[in-house]
Amino acid sequence: MELLCPAGNLASLKAAFNAGADAVYLGLKNDTNARSFAGLNFSPSQMAQANKLAKQQNRKLFLTLNTFPKPGEESRWYEAIDLAADLHLDAVICADISLLDYASRHYPSLPLHLSVQASATNVAALSFYKQQFNIERAVLPRVLSIKQVRDLAKVSPVDLEVFAFGSLCIMAEGRCHLSSYVTGQSPNTGGSCSPANHVRWQDQGSKKLTRLNEVLIDTTSQNEQLGYPVVCKGRYQTNENMTADYMLESPTSLNTMSLIPQLANAGIRSLKIEGRQRSPAYVTQVTQVWRQAIDAYLRSPESFVQQLAQNHQWHAALDKVSEGQITTLGAYERQWQ
Amino acid sequence: MKYSLAPLTYCWDKASVFDYYQAMSETKIDCVYLGEVICSRRRELKFNDYLELAHMLKAKGKQVFLSSMTLIESQSEITELTRLVNNGEFAIEANDMAAVHLASQAKVPFVCGPAINLYNRSSIDLMHNLGMTRFVMPYELSQKWLENVLRDNKPTFETEVFGYGYMPLAHSARCFTAKHHQQPKLDCKIVCQQYPKGLLTQTQESQPLLRLNGIQTQSAARLNLIDQIPVMAQIGVDYWRLSPSSISDIELINQITASDLTQLASIPPENDTANECNGYWFSKPGMEIQ
Repeated sequence: MELLCPAGNLASLKAAFNAGADAVYLGLKNDTNARSFAGLNFSPSQMAQANKLAKQQNRKLFLTLNTFPKPGEESRWYEAIDLAADLHLDAVICADISLLDYASRHYPSLPLHLSVQASATNVAALSFYKQQFNIERAVLPRVLSIKQVRDLAKVSPVDLEVFAFGSLCIMAEGRCHLSSYVTGQSPNTGGSCSPANHVRWQDQGSKKLTRLNEVLIDTTSQNEQLGYPVVCKGRYQTNENMTADYMLESPTSLNTMSLIPQLANAGIRSLKIEGRQRSPAYVTQVTQVWRQAIDAYLRSPESFVQQLAQNHQWHAALDKVSEGQITTLGAYERQWQ
Repeated sequence: MKYSLAPLTYCWDKASVFDYYQAMSETKIDCVYLGEVICSRRRELKFNDYLELAHMLKAKGKQVFLSSMTLIESQSEITELTRLVNNGEFAIEANDMAAVHLASQAKVPFVCGPAINLYNRSSIDLMHNLGMTRFVMPYELSQKWLENVLRDNKPTFETEVFGYGYMPLAHSARCFTAKHHQQPKLDCKIVCQQYPKGLLTQTQESQPLLRLNGIQTQSAARLNLIDQIPVMAQIGVDYWRLSPSSISDIELINQITASDLTQLASIPPENDTANECNGYWFSKPGMEIQ
């Protein structure tokens, strides 16, 4: 099982490799990827440098092109594919069918991974992308239970990658318009989810108000741990119940470490760590712990559950970097659904 | 301009659904999309019920499409989808790539519903080559976007725009209505049936924000682009889509279809104008009104 880690810049990329990542995914400094935060991502020359480092260390490098090109502006995305092919990157991660088509026609030897933004959750959808564009791998949205992941892995025509750790996106990725409904910026078109320039924290006596484009997402006490303000993790009320509640999800992170044996048995090819927007320290911390856990499982699969239960350091390290310091199995667990 | 009726997104009881479509069949609406698109646990209407409605509407001269589920997660749902695609008579509305795949393989013509991510002309043309006859613009896109897509060369596929109703904004594994009732999804008792227009959710300042509808999250505000129908006609939109939310839709459809393009802007809003939106069409946040 591959450990795939995020890199928002060269420092994070080095941190990921030093901490034991098998592969790293990154994006360019423009709207060809859905994490186009200011100060983040790679110029073409930085990507070439990253690729050199990866090749020297025998690790893999994937380029994320997970937005959908705007009409008339496709050339930026095509150029990114050309660049990935020129550098012989290990894969391009795409969601848009015109990009998959371009890449598969022009560079048949460039491996294509289907981005989570394509929202492929079943064998027929995966077969579509395999048949039309010869994708090698697909990243599954965070909407399937572990049983559904297992069942799908048995019949999938391509390798599967799942989210292992990081921010919990509770909606089928690529089909969520909550950010664009409130802020006008959509992850699908190159804006990020809940863009930072639309976020405002407002002190009101003993309370702190969190606003997204002036819409009140949550009210907290001054010393409460705050999650990043996304619409799906706010507290709202109904006419039946005027007490504010997390009606969709509370600020939590995904942590599937306890599922490593089941994911390995299902033949899952890659475990993805989320967080290109996070610091090199986060990347180091999370990569180290997951490297240790995967290696512990591979060394001794039968004692992994016991090792996991006893290894308080792993839990403490991951909780520390989790949203609200709380983690969940999310949709993998039927109870959550 | 021709008019279409989106698939019903709410869990109404069978009699209400039949009454609604019976009444709709008497209107001048041109096209009806039918089927359960949200949750396979909703079984008020079975596949054969939808076929019965489809035949009734077809007999009244309506163009009918059978709509697929939006989020397909299990083999049993693929089996149902295969049955839908192989109905032998009606074209389908594909709301997931699984439906695109099965329809294109079976050579069944299909409409790409608004939940299929088609964000540029190259992607739309690829779908057209696979058998897509009509394209419904994704919810979050704008007039300007559509003009860019249709400007260069006139397409041979049809174009449809969602123009009225509560907008589907997201789909999850989690059932939010069941969660609100502290019930597990596997034993949800179909509580969503208690909310014929979804469960209105407001901010802590009582600003309506979302409408929870099972695993789907909708806009609390109702999209209203009636006054933009003439603009859409000029751009080359073939169908203007209304999403059902109550029996009073019938009255609105009658008003719209009885008006010529110049009269549409003067159609009085139904009610609750404070809770309307049209932002996406004007390249603004979807919840805004221009």
